[in-house]
Amino acid sequence: MAYNVRKIMAETPSRFTEGHRMCAGCGAPVVARHIMRAVKPEDHAVVCAATGCMEVSTFIYPYSAWTDSFIHTAFECAGATLSGAEAAYKSLKKQGKLPEDEHTKFIAFGGDGGTYDIGLQSLSGAMERGHDMVYVCYDNGAYMNTGIQRSSATPRFADTTTSPAGKVVPGKMQSRKDLTEIMVSHHLPYVAQTIAVDNLKDLYEKAEKAIYTEGPCFLNVMSPCPRGWGYATEDLMQINKLAVETCYWPLYEVVDGVYKITYKPKNKLPIEEFLKPQKRFRHLFKPGNEWMIEEFQKEVDKRWQELLDLEAMTNKAE
Amino acid sequence: MSIRERLSGNEAAATAMKQINPDVVAAFPITPSTEIPQYFSTFVANGSVDTEFVAVESEHSAMSACIGSQAAGARTMTATSANGLSLMWEMIYIASSLRLPIVMSLVNRAVSGPLNIHNDHSDAMGVRDAGWVMLFSENNQEAYDNLLMAHRIAEHKDVQLPLMVCQDGFITSHSIENIELEEDDKVKAFVGKYQPEHYLLNKKEPIAIGPLDLQGYLFEHKAQQAEAMKNAKNVILEVSKDFEKTFGRKYGLFEEYKLDDAEIAIVCMNSTAGTTKFVVDELRNKGITAGLLKIRVYRPFPGEEVAKALSHVKAVAVLDKSDSLNAIGGALFSDVTSSMFVNGVNVPTVNYVYGIGGRDTTSSQIESVYSDLQEIAKSGKAENPYRYLGLRKEEN
Repeated sequence: MAYNVRKIMAETPSRFTEGHRMCAGCGAPVVARHIMRAVKPEDHAVVCAATGCMEVSTFIYPYSAWTDSFIHTAFECAGATLSGAEAAYKSLKKQGKLPEDEHTKFIAFGGDGGTYDIGLQSLSGAMERGHDMVYVCYDNGAYMNTGIQRSSATPRFADTTTSPAGKVVPGKMQSRKDLTEIMVSHHLPYVAQTIAVDNLKDLYEKAEKAIYTEGPCFLNVMSPCPRGWGYATEDLMQINKLAVETCYWPLYEVVDGVYKITYKPKNKLPIEEFLKPQKRFRHLFKPGNEWMIEEFQKEVDKRWQELLDLEAMTNKAE
Repeated sequence: MSIRERLSGNEAAATAMKQINPDVVAAFPITPSTEIPQYFSTFVANGSVDTEFVAVESEHSAMSACIGSQAAGARTMTATSANGLSLMWEMIYIASSLRLPIVMSLVNRAVSGPLNIHNDHSDAMGVRDAGWVMLFSENNQEAYDNLLMAHRIAEHKDVQLPLMVCQDGFITSHSIENIELEEDDKVKAFVGKYQPEHYLLNKKEPIAIGPLDLQGYLFEHKAQQAEAMKNAKNVILEVSKDFEKTFGRKYGLFEEYKLDDAEIAIVCMNSTAGTTKFVVDELRNKGITAGLLKIRVYRPFPGEEVAKALSHVKAVAVLDKSDSLNAIGGALFSDVTSSMFVNGVNVPTVNYVYGIGGRDTTSSQIESVYSDLQEIAKSGKAENPYRYLGLRKEEN
């Protein structure tokens, strides 16, 4: 069935409800709501969130924005926590202690702090053990919940509160980690990188595949943060669009090791287009800092080329 | 009919787990408890249990997975020691705050540093205020029996708290002793089925667990946990009574060994109680009225009962197999003396920190404690109450 965003919005109930306290202009709730829409209405879900913006804004006692079962334990262990719930499901199902005709899907949400950094071990373990679950990283490129500190997902030169753009050091001096590739190296059945763009087709379809592919699956979803990135709240979708059109955040999926780039811009935009509307990169546009934009562009180009090569290599006819 | 066997403490714990047949076990190996997940994996591999075994990549993940599993509605167990428990520490508190009756076999070992793999109680003492029910075991039989009772206590509606069964690393975990095992079906009937009221996998009633719990609610939630811990005392007694009726072995909150008429008494936990009983018997033969109070239930701490049981003696020594490094004495000493104080029991009491890092504690050392107690009983004064037992003197 062809994807129809209006039909999906109109006909599937939102399993992530209004009333949550995420900021206006935040990318994460759009991601969570749409991913949860990809769960079949007849299926139950157990959602686990790592400590972070999403958790502290969607489940403040006694209110929850989740209509499915939800568990939060701590910052670094969404992978392990959910793997335990999935093991319980497997065990109880096997023993006939749960209704046979009911199906439960297991979905974890973690920010880049809880996923790229403090929770990497727990995620890696859960994926390696092969639990039937999806881990979604909503990557906003810094520790936003504690007030915009740099993470290993923070892009080079970004101004954060622990990598401030100062007189001597111009922001974060290290490149960002490529978590999607780390997850590909776990040889999972399905790994994808996506974003909420246009009619959210890419996000929905990848979520659906991840949720309904048996085994451990991983989604890396760029989710901008208006406070940390410094854009106007109404520009969220425009920022997402620019991330894709500049190839800063390529959209692709890896199915059993085979790469497929799901969107290739006809005219790849220069990286300035993505950097300019964001206050965290303001200092890159000061006279004398042109080299920083050049370096940034070089890195984006290199990574994009690597991805094109991987796609070509893994799709070669035998 | 009970089955007479010879097993190590780890084998006894693994056997209990096999008979309990939990839905999920998540564990990571660490000396000296490694054998427990090893034996258990064999049971899984041979199909003698229905359990899903989650071979996690760390103890932090072990406890996280246990929380996820128990919250999902599965009876869940784990085993660890020392640094493994330290790495779980964050999740230990979360497990009890979420009121999840996870059962752990804790094989006590010294917490680093420096690194030491042998027995003391510094691991358990590091989580004594974490909201877990804590049972201590003198030998393999008690480790086994405590585990058979564990789920009934932890899962009881008035408790709903996680529980750990402690035993001494190597001293009991690796020593083979006689043991009476119970038959599988009788254990199964005694332990019963786990029927959680609310659980994640119940599609009919989705629930949310582990909120951001702010100023308006956390205090009340913590008070509920505290109340559950108080309730645990009676539940432990009830379950122990039923255990005695079913299997014939009697357990209370603590064991009084020749304490009724004792003039001097030692309070201790785990395997040292065995050595102490031997010494008590020897002293009794010499006409010295020595006695022992062996703590079984450390959390909830039976303060009132302990104070009452010690009220008639003339001097008490509390042995702590963990130093609290606080300049006033070990944790058990603080618990015992504060219980005595608030219950109006004024008996001179001293503390001996002993056995750190697996330092052997001999019967002659225990005897020296009793002879110190005789002096204290005579003078009525307990000077320098914070002492060491078995600490090597500096050589000149």
